[in-house]
Amino acid sequence: MYLLNTLKLAFQNLALQKSRSFLTMLGIVIGVGAVISIMSVGASAQNLLLAQVNAMGTNLIGILPGAADEMGPPAALFGIEITTLKYEDALALKELPHVLAISSYITGQGTMSYFNQIESYNYQGVGHDYTKVEDASVDSGRFFRQEEVDSLARVVVLGSEVKEKLFGEDNPINKRIKIEQVSFKVIGVMEERGVVTFQNQDKQVFIPIKTAQKLLLGVDHLAFIRAKVDHADNIALVTSRIKEILRFRHHIKDPTKDDFSVRNTAQALDILGSITQALKMFLAAVAAISLLVGGIGIMNIMFVVVNERTREIGLRKALGAKRKDVLIQFLIESATMTLIGGIMGIVLGILIALAITLGVNYFDYDWQFIITPLSVFVSTAMAISVGLVFGLWPANRASKLNPIEALRYE
Amino acid sequence: MFIKLENITKDYIDEEVITRALRGVSFEIDKGEFVAVMGSSGSGKSTLMHIIGFLDKMTQGEYFFDGENTSEFDDKKLAEIRNQKVGFVFQSYNLLARTSVWDNVLLPTIYMPNLNKKEIEDRAKQLLNKLGLLERSKHRPNQLSGGEQQRVAIARALINQPRLILADEPTGNLDSKSGQEVMEVLQDLNKEGHTILMVTHEKYVAECARRILNMKDGQIVHDYVVAHQHLAKNGLKK
Repeated sequence: MYLLNTLKLAFQNLALQKSRSFLTMLGIVIGVGAVISIMSVGASAQNLLLAQVNAMGTNLIGILPGAADEMGPPAALFGIEITTLKYEDALALKELPHVLAISSYITGQGTMSYFNQIESYNYQGVGHDYTKVEDASVDSGRFFRQEEVDSLARVVVLGSEVKEKLFGEDNPINKRIKIEQVSFKVIGVMEERGVVTFQNQDKQVFIPIKTAQKLLLGVDHLAFIRAKVDHADNIALVTSRIKEILRFRHHIKDPTKDDFSVRNTAQALDILGSITQALKMFLAAVAAISLLVGGIGIMNIMFVVVNERTREIGLRKALGAKRKDVLIQFLIESATMTLIGGIMGIVLGILIALAITLGVNYFDYDWQFIITPLSVFVSTAMAISVGLVFGLWPANRASKLNPIEALRYE
Repeated sequence: MFIKLENITKDYIDEEVITRALRGVSFEIDKGEFVAVMGSSGSGKSTLMHIIGFLDKMTQGEYFFDGENTSEFDDKKLAEIRNQKVGFVFQSYNLLARTSVWDNVLLPTIYMPNLNKKEIEDRAKQLLNKLGLLERSKHRPNQLSGGEQQRVAIARALINQPRLILADEPTGNLDSKSGQEVMEVLQDLNKEGHTILMVTHEKYVAECARRILNMKDGQIVHDYVVAHQHLAKNGLKK
């Protein structure tokens, strides 16, 4: 009965000062809203990243030029061009046991034209086993063969969107397009694949690696190599064999002086997972600061409330309220205020997360709307604790009032 | 003896200046008495009542309430006594403004442990009926006249069946008609056996009681039985 009465009273008092209560709660609303939306966006981003990596295919080992920390991102990711990895390295690795397929990669950008259709796209120079490595498949025509790579053949396989843009409904097979003024014969069209590792695979064309190196880019290094391993259990073994072979080929005696780094998908998932997790936690902590600020606002208002209701406190004490009763009454009032603010914040956060989901999905990403029960629970608990913690000082002051002085207070 | 005060003093210290509000007050009150404490403002009569009602603590002296020496009571015990053994009626009513008459009357009961809800509600109904306020129980205090508000305050003072009713200038804010009503109620309660201590500075109100304590400068200067008790229902004459 006491609790019910106090709750009723708390709501009455909040309703009496609607705009003041709302403004006081605003800090909590924004804080909780930020925490909820950031947790949601973080979880969605994490999911998206992991899905992107997974879509690349599993049991993959990536060999990148340049050294890197075991858990840090490889240098090549920062846009530094390192030329230590060669096509012949890939050929040597291909002979390793447990390696199902291997492909070299180099990327360039150029204009592609078919009669009067001119578009700018990325082209990827890849090995003939590219489709096996990436779990990709050809929709029509065929992919190029080893001989075509070796002979610097000018053949091209189009991504589905490129085909659509240049040829529309026409059959492109055996037609010729120009890439950077070099004529290529279209031999196939890739199946639609969508966005993988943040590149729309349908907006690219694929040409033999050596053709790309020699005829279009005039280089002899690779951007990276990918190897597909037969079973996840063999990844560690193959990784160490790859390192040995590359060290031998590059005349490296000291492993700390490696001019390459070897990664696998599981590792990449791990790194991405821990980076996004840390980022999410950091952002949530920043958002939580506004909860702190909101809490100080609550404390401020609670002091005002205690002042305004000094006579009421005096009366309650005269009628038999103990210190504990007064303390609990004001704690319930401030916690009620922060709880309502928290609920409003949860709604706000969910709406923000929903808006972001709609926005990102508009750009063709598979962004999932995720609100974890944990984040709702945690922010509700945080809101209530903010009310209790920041209400404690004012409530304690109220509870210590001398009944007679409080009754006389004007 | 129900209430016994021995040499009570009360000092207020304000910015190192000591004010003596009570300078050794001793008297006794029996069960069923109706005592008025009279005196001009500053005579210490309100201070005395606050000490008797456990709202304030004395500086020196002994105060026995219902056979117990109250100097040993801690804050919790004092709160319990205020809640269950004393009923207050204030000059300015002190009702909660945004709370119905009904909830105002029940206010002291929310601080009572082991409450029998049914019994309390029956008692509240009975009290409101007796004070002519039953049909007003859903009203808010600001919808009532001063006299009605003071009667709500009396109902509130009685809800926990206190041993002692303390009234601080109960008619002070009222016109004579309402004041008369309130005094009638107090006299009726006294007739039923309630012990009442009332503070007033008006003689015609004090003479509604059976005994008068006259105070001056923190001391009782005159303690006498009222020869001809005014009956409030005959009108309060100045």
